[in-house]
Amino acid sequence: MDNLTFGITMTIVGMGGTLVTLWLLSLIMLILKKIFPIETAEQRPEEAGRKESKND
Amino acid sequence: MTEAILAGLGGLLSGIQYLFSQGLPNVVMLFIAAVLLYLGIKKGVEPLLLVPIGFGCLLVNMPLSDVMDQGGVLRIFYEMGILNELFPLLIFVGIGAMTDFGPLLENPKILLLGAAGQFGIFLTLILALALGFPKLEAVSIGIIGACDGPTAIYVTSQYAPKLLGAVSVAAYSYMSLVPIIQPPIMRLLTTKKERVINMGVVKKTVSKRTLLLFPIVVTAVTGLIAPKGLPLMGMIMLGNFMKESGVVARLTHASENEIPNIVTLFLGLAIGGTMEGHAFLKAQTLAIFGLGFTAICLDTAAGVLFGKLMCIMTRGKINPLIGAAGISAYPMAARVAQIQGQKYKKNNYLLMHAMGANTGGQIGSVMAAAVMLSVLKGMGLI
Repeated sequence: MDNLTFGITMTIVGMGGTLVTLWLLSLIMLILKKIFPIETAEQRPEEAGRKESKND
Repeated sequence: MTEAILAGLGGLLSGIQYLFSQGLPNVVMLFIAAVLLYLGIKKGVEPLLLVPIGFGCLLVNMPLSDVMDQGGVLRIFYEMGILNELFPLLIFVGIGAMTDFGPLLENPKILLLGAAGQFGIFLTLILALALGFPKLEAVSIGIIGACDGPTAIYVTSQYAPKLLGAVSVAAYSYMSLVPIIQPPIMRLLTTKKERVINMGVVKKTVSKRTLLLFPIVVTAVTGLIAPKGLPLMGMIMLGNFMKESGVVARLTHASENEIPNIVTLFLGLAIGGTMEGHAFLKAQTLAIFGLGFTAICLDTAAGVLFGKLMCIMTRGKINPLIGAAGISAYPMAARVAQIQGQKYKKNNYLLMHAMGANTGGQIGSVMAAAVMLSVLKGMGLI
């Protein structure tokens, strides 16, 4: 394989592969966030703490 | 008796004799070692790396030094951690343990900026090929554009070991020069209207469970797509998983402190050991430094341009300046984006958004290397 073919192939497949993989990962991240949304206690720990102390 | 004394004296003077007969490259390298030490100590340029590298360079360039001969102390470090790629991988565990992927998970589409920030790697690879470097050497030079020292060392030690000194020094030097290299390119490629875009406050929307699952999912997905890069991604994600699990505080602490500290010392000395004058002082070393600089400029330009594209697609919700943070120099590149943003609008806080792009750049650089290695394997070149 000559250098030009090698360079262009690496750029197309390499850059394309990187872009597609990271796009896929960003989709998975969105799905993870949807499946496991943040709980109120995680979002506002100080409020959750106040609620607990009231219950006590 | 007199002959024995003269022979003994000859032994003592042989170093000086060597210096005057064939030691000019070593003298030049001793000067370079002094410059590296000066940059590390006086200018604060990556001191953790440049000080051991500079001292390793000093040790190997002393006349008749045997530190890199078989059984020599630097050769032992080189063989125990660089030749088998152990040191960069151990450093990756530390990087993973020190990285917070929270800002990235808050806005996952920013991960694409981490992909754009790797464009320089591939263009530089083509330039290196055009300059006559063999294929695997060109790949190692292109990897400087990952702005990621351990990745550059990992790839170069495996496929172009004789370029290791030049590639490592170039990678770490340019990483520390990011605050100087990036701003002019960022200003050149953006308008004032774009620079003042306010991206708002980053809200906490990521659950603990998502943060914990993220490293496992990334390892699984990237391992399936580019198995040759699994050690790299696996180690960075192991460090992050330990941190997020919260149950192995001692291991996390060691991964953030003792392990990278010890490994950095050995790694720096061993890299310095590869900088022996007769092998290092070649025109190709200068070419590597030039290409490395080009790679980082191209990365920044591609990141900012992709940021502009995202700005258009989101109808002005993304500030293109954070595109420059899509490289792996963490957290320096994110800070540069923040400083540049605040230059044009005092109350514009881009830092957390830029941190997201920056961690995306870390994943992107490792992924780019992993993809390259897998493509090379597919081509039958490795």
